[in-house]
Amino acid sequence: MALQGMDGAAARALRRDHSRAERRRRLQAIGLVAPLFLFLLFTFVGPIADMLRRSVVDTDLAAIWPRTAAAMHAWDGAGLPPDSAFNALGEDIRDSADAGRVAVAAQRLNYPILGGRSLVMGMARLAGALDGKPPPQGWKAAFLDADPSWGNRDTWVAIRRASGPVTDYFLLNALDLRKDAAGHLHHAPDGIFLSILWRTFSVSGLVTLFALLLGYPLAYVMSHSSRRVAGILTLFVLLPFWTSLLVRTAAWIVLLQDQGIVNKALIAIGLIDHPVRLMFNRVGVVVAMVHVLLPFMVLPLAAVMRGIRPETVRAARSLGAPPWTAFRRIYVPQTMPGVGAGVLLVFISAIGYYITPALVGGADDQMLSYFIAFYTNETVNWGLASALAVVLLGATAVLSMVYARVVSGRGALVG
Amino acid sequence: MNTRLTILLGSTLALGLALGLAGAAQARELTVVSWGGAYQKAQNEVYFAPFKAAGNKMIDESWDGGVGVLRAKVQGGNAGWDVVQVESDELQLGCEEGLYETLDFSKIGGKDAYIPDAVNKCGVGAILYDFVLGYDKDKIAAANAPKGWADFFDTTKYPGKRALRLGAKTNLEIALMADGVAPADVYNVLKTPAGVDRAFKKLDTIKKDLVFWKSGAQPPQFLASGEVVMTSVYNGRIDAANHDDHRNFGIVWNQALYTLDSWVILKGSPNTAEAYKFLDFVGQAKNQAKLPNFIAYGVTNKAATPLIDPKRLPDLPTAPDNIKNAIPISTAFWLENNDRLTERFNKWAAQN
Repeated sequence: MALQGMDGAAARALRRDHSRAERRRRLQAIGLVAPLFLFLLFTFVGPIADMLRRSVVDTDLAAIWPRTAAAMHAWDGAGLPPDSAFNALGEDIRDSADAGRVAVAAQRLNYPILGGRSLVMGMARLAGALDGKPPPQGWKAAFLDADPSWGNRDTWVAIRRASGPVTDYFLLNALDLRKDAAGHLHHAPDGIFLSILWRTFSVSGLVTLFALLLGYPLAYVMSHSSRRVAGILTLFVLLPFWTSLLVRTAAWIVLLQDQGIVNKALIAIGLIDHPVRLMFNRVGVVVAMVHVLLPFMVLPLAAVMRGIRPETVRAARSLGAPPWTAFRRIYVPQTMPGVGAGVLLVFISAIGYYITPALVGGADDQMLSYFIAFYTNETVNWGLASALAVVLLGATAVLSMVYARVVSGRGALVG
Repeated sequence: MNTRLTILLGSTLALGLALGLAGAAQARELTVVSWGGAYQKAQNEVYFAPFKAAGNKMIDESWDGGVGVLRAKVQGGNAGWDVVQVESDELQLGCEEGLYETLDFSKIGGKDAYIPDAVNKCGVGAILYDFVLGYDKDKIAAANAPKGWADFFDTTKYPGKRALRLGAKTNLEIALMADGVAPADVYNVLKTPAGVDRAFKKLDTIKKDLVFWKSGAQPPQFLASGEVVMTSVYNGRIDAANHDDHRNFGIVWNQALYTLDSWVILKGSPNTAEAYKFLDFVGQAKNQAKLPNFIAYGVTNKAATPLIDPKRLPDLPTAPDNIKNAIPISTAFWLENNDRLTERFNKWAAQN
């Protein structure tokens, strides 16, 4: 009420001063985080946005064959396109071949059309032999003479769909879906990516589970032993961090191969007669990945466990709880933030694994990142690589949101 | 950051770079780019150093491949490279995209001087290397030595695991040859869906004995540790293991798959005259004949083979006995089909 009694001008001046100070503080804060923000923008947000863009933007063909793209946008998609479309494509193929760009368009059409690359390149050779004149029999006849596939409506529908500016082809492909000429979606019988997505998540889940089973007791010992022992244990946990991933994976090859140390030891103590296959299969992948990722589980767990007051368990015991019950009902719930952080860190890291499965896994242990690398580097199919990355990113985001809900729900229960 | 500022910053940067590079381009010497490592060291001994000693100016750099790199170089106004050694798919893709000068073979000794595989519109073959069947002679007696890919698939005669490259490329060719397809017919068969089915069916017969390698360094390791009894492998890796690590590995040259790396001149190079002089120099038989002393690659001048040390010749993919039943890996086929067949391969691998 006192403020109301003050005269209006003084109150306004006070408010102005206050907001000015506030603004200065905000500017200072922005100035401090600006370097990090810019760094993230250029190294993280920018590339991811570009990747998202590449999975749907499809302008290669339209840029190289502008007349064809225009003719395709004008075509209603029924039957075969008009002769003018054949003419447009013929002239576009000829001109793009002269400009040395036709191969890019041919590669783009090779994705939806079986043999699409040689279909286009064959036509480019023919057009190049015409010395800039239209073919005597007309473009349409020339196309049909060259290859009967040019008289196939599916070929033209594929060209139409590739004429941009956006496409759903790569994203559908990444989800094992195909669109037929009529526009209906079908599950592709030869699609592999959904099963590989499932494989990626199940391997990552398995790795996370084992990391938790191994990491929990270790973190417990680390946080409940003397300073010296805890220091030594921490050192052992951290040691793998200081070695390159490649070296650690190579070390596992030495250990796990048929003539490796593990098999030799098992044979020596008479447990087995023949070497057991520990590598080039799921076993090798999980073992090597658990080893590499264990610190990500142990460190957050130990940090949380160190902060738990021992009195809580003691109080439970003094109130008559048996040790197991006190541990389960009092101790474990208090470690849940650590479990949550560790599980999330390990799982998300595991999803992106590429080198380890490639080196110690078999042909059916490759995860989605392997295919993203394959399409990026080996066949330069960046549309599909981006679409796979989008699927991986989306699935991971959904999973971590679900997980965050579950953990926070649990936390509320405990609280 | 707002977009206008980004664009401004970016274009200032690009302009500065372009000016700097344009200045450099006018004055710069012939720049030759190859694959680095032991190979470029050998090239330096045999080609670069003698070329410079003959009074020519040049510098050499190395790269890791990728047609995108060349595209950026050429479209950015040829930043710094003149002659580049490329793999077969980079040769084909870049040639179709117009990234290379059309080669005038009359300036480098004529087309007839080279083996037919080495002559291309945009490039001239530099080396030829093989994908072969490798095994350990200490473990398989000479009398019992494998003779072709059919033996690779014979698990009764040669029990144990065998390794292939992870993926479809090369493995389907191998499977078809093992199934009795003549090397010259492999790609004709593989072009048909029935041929692809046949290759996968053949791979099925040894599926449980198969492991896969990812990097070229792995196959000799697998042989050395006894992990596999046979493997597909680059011939150079076997040669290096035998010479540097004193292994006793054997090579089956019959039904080998070979490929070539080629020299190209980047479009718009300001040093084309020097580039041709260099290519002529490295294309001469007497110069090429020295390369195999350092590294087990075949060379492309027809007249080079008789000049090669006869003790070294049997180690080379281009030795007449070694190449007579070998086929080139088809770049055109794999450019068109690698995506689909790799997906098919993974589908196959996941089935039990």
